[in-house]
Amino acid sequence: MAKGIKDKVAILGMGCSKFGERWDSGAEGLMVEAFMECIKDAGIDVTQIQAAWFSTAIDEVHVGKSGIPLSTTLRLPNIPVTHVENMCASGTEAFRGACYAVASGAVDFALALGVEKLKDTGYGGLPGGRGAPLQQLWAANQTAPGSFAQLASAYMARHDVKYDDLKRAIGHVSWKSHQNGAKNPKAHLQKAVEMDTILNAPMIASPLGLFDCCGVSDGAAAAIVTTPEIAKSLGKDNLIAVKALQLAVSNGSESGHNSWDGSYFHTTRIAAKRAYEEAGIKAPRNEVSMFEVHDCFSVTELVTMEDLFISDEGKGWKDVLDGFYDADGKIPCQIDGGLKCFGHPIGASGLRMLYEMYLQLQGRAGPRQLKDPRIGMTHNLGGAPRENVSSISIIGRYE
Amino acid sequence: MVGITAYGGYVPRLRLDRQAVYAANKWFAPGLRGSAKGERAMGNWDEDSITMAVEAARDCLNGDDADMDGIYFASTTQPFKDRQNAGVIGTALNREDGLAVADFAGSQKAGTTALMAALDAASAGRRVMVAASDKRKTRVASAHELQFGDGAAALMVGADKVIAKFLGGYSTSVDFVDHFRGDESDFDYTWEERWIRDEGYAKIVPPALKAALSKLNLKGSDIAHFIMPSLMGAVPKLMAKAAGIADTAVRDLLQDKLGDTGCAHALVLLVHALESAKAGDKIMVVGFGQGLDVLVFEATAELAKLAKRKGIGGWLERRKEEKNYMKFLAFNDMLPIEKGMRAEFDKKTALSILYRNRDMIYGLVGGKCKVCGTVQFPRSEVCVNPNCHAVHSQDPFSFAGLECSIMSWSADSLTFTPDPPAYYGMITFPEGGRFMADFTDCDSEQVKVGQKMRMTFRIRDVDSMRGGFKRYFWKATPV
Repeated sequence: MAKGIKDKVAILGMGCSKFGERWDSGAEGLMVEAFMECIKDAGIDVTQIQAAWFSTAIDEVHVGKSGIPLSTTLRLPNIPVTHVENMCASGTEAFRGACYAVASGAVDFALALGVEKLKDTGYGGLPGGRGAPLQQLWAANQTAPGSFAQLASAYMARHDVKYDDLKRAIGHVSWKSHQNGAKNPKAHLQKAVEMDTILNAPMIASPLGLFDCCGVSDGAAAAIVTTPEIAKSLGKDNLIAVKALQLAVSNGSESGHNSWDGSYFHTTRIAAKRAYEEAGIKAPRNEVSMFEVHDCFSVTELVTMEDLFISDEGKGWKDVLDGFYDADGKIPCQIDGGLKCFGHPIGASGLRMLYEMYLQLQGRAGPRQLKDPRIGMTHNLGGAPRENVSSISIIGRYE
Repeated sequence: MVGITAYGGYVPRLRLDRQAVYAANKWFAPGLRGSAKGERAMGNWDEDSITMAVEAARDCLNGDDADMDGIYFASTTQPFKDRQNAGVIGTALNREDGLAVADFAGSQKAGTTALMAALDAASAGRRVMVAASDKRKTRVASAHELQFGDGAAALMVGADKVIAKFLGGYSTSVDFVDHFRGDESDFDYTWEERWIRDEGYAKIVPPALKAALSKLNLKGSDIAHFIMPSLMGAVPKLMAKAAGIADTAVRDLLQDKLGDTGCAHALVLLVHALESAKAGDKIMVVGFGQGLDVLVFEATAELAKLAKRKGIGGWLERRKEEKNYMKFLAFNDMLPIEKGMRAEFDKKTALSILYRNRDMIYGLVGGKCKVCGTVQFPRSEVCVNPNCHAVHSQDPFSFAGLECSIMSWSADSLTFTPDPPAYYGMITFPEGGRFMADFTDCDSEQVKVGQKMRMTFRIRDVDSMRGGFKRYFWKATPV
């Protein structure tokens, strides 16, 4: 019987580049920036890394396919490098691959590195495209904001939430992340924004205005993992261990079967239950210290907090407005600014979230340091509400 | 006895206010003032002669899934020069096997010629649908811009339950070039009106009308409905008079609210006439274009029994006034509008994929699981019911005629669409099945959770890099 990943893997080191519109840098420069911080933090040599997982989501626009871009950029010693892509969960997938390799005993040190260089397309927003050849013949003419806005309409209908109430709640989600991002020197957007500015911003996909959408950013993040025993043997204390790694992938029932009402993330609920079980968490609202969730759009974060069983179903918008997830609230969410303000270089995002949790758990988060956090949880949602991959990682102090 | 057994029509929702056109162009063409009255039907950006013909054909079928032997499609604006346009309509109607299809084109009388050919086929025992449709491009500030309208008509022709018996017809060919559209142009080139009237209509039409009447042993006064499209409003009455047909029998050309629908117009007016004709009414239909076709029908008692459908009258009632002339120009590719980089994505169609999935893409055919009964779209290898897991278990199931409702929606201002914002959302069918669909022909207040929608066959992309291959699929539109 499988026992899960809990406490089998420790994070030896992490690194994260400055996120933003990195006109000065290609993907390779971002990778090196994140990796140099990571390997220094880990305290090992590049030649000690025995396997690597490399994540990007839209490889057509920057590095290309395969493990070669990572191997050549870092001049890795001909080790196995696996390129992973699982949309917005790609970074977490790289981390999962590296952790599983260590947990299996196949390697002692594994690298996970994610990068995305989005800002070379010539236009704002995510790089476009119309999907696979058959999809192009029938899928709706949709964008990311439009497909997540669907969630807002269905949520309002399901829970009888008035448009103005939802608009204010999702506005608060973004307001809070801007407050947090202002304290993060690596964040893409480091400016606090007034609620009025958020509420009156141009509409992108109703009801999502400009400030309901996360930053489209360049960036990279990396982690080196090993076993707790090896980490200790290298003289590390204050170990941060992996408690749970879960992924739930849609099987088409939301998009094709009339059993789903569009108001929640079916996969996130499944992944969350599995993750709490794997980590041994019974009462997440009391046990989890902080979250980095997938706030690609403000409404995504709001609904996700219900699907992670922190807010009651249909009541998340009230928790948000009560400041429950603010930096000084009961459980801070997106303390680093989130996708909204730290930015969302897709392949790097899952690792960026872990980076913040790791810093917070080690007490190294500077002006945004939370008081004595013990358990940090990250969540990515790749795809669209109706069809997605939902990943969850829980890390915490190794006791 | 052969004749018409059912009719259907289609008129696009938007009606361009002719005053708005004139207001924009009067600085250049003040002479258009006299024509700047009423409104003309204006196809949405995602409509062309094929999509309008499909709508008219669906209106004509009105849920009838009986076999047909052929589809004759008449248009001077067929989207493909070499690809069976009528066949696209057939696949959209879920009909291919044993179907004889043909495209009729090249003249303003293509519609009546197709009808004549279908009546011949009916005499040989076949049941044939005639669909006629036109969406003609016009130059800015031209008379045609005001005169033309977009629309379609469809007629089922056969020998069973005939609603309008075909009494007989007469055709003649005269290479009288009142106008032409060469293969290097999108636009018509027209000669002087007075010459067309006096040397063309006046000399070619009356003898043909008389020949037809005489062949059928009828007098002009026997004709209850005289249908003859012409861009010159006075011409039909002049022709009727010359043939002894009463002034009161001359059908209105619907110029005020529809405009001239090209080679479809004779059939559009015939459908409109059938909507109110009485048993025993004799209807003469004239198609003029380098010669003419004259067809005479007599309405039967079956006409009153025909199940109600929208017809031309019904579609005319569904209207939205459009005063934005710029939108008309943009929709018709007459304005080099800044579309942004998101309009640049390649729209190359994998023809092999389209062929393999043509019942899904053109027919909106999904599946129904034989094991658990779940209805789903698209049809898939493994049943979508999370508790079923049956493999290769689905029978074809058609969604095109079903009503659905909006489960979630958005108005997207980021994606490229010729008519922003792009409305789309998850639609669910009460029978089962759902998918994320583009919406069309809708206003913001109509887009809400729970709104009832119907499906309509539309253009989704035009591949301008490869000569204009059009991608068609189904969109949802408010009921």
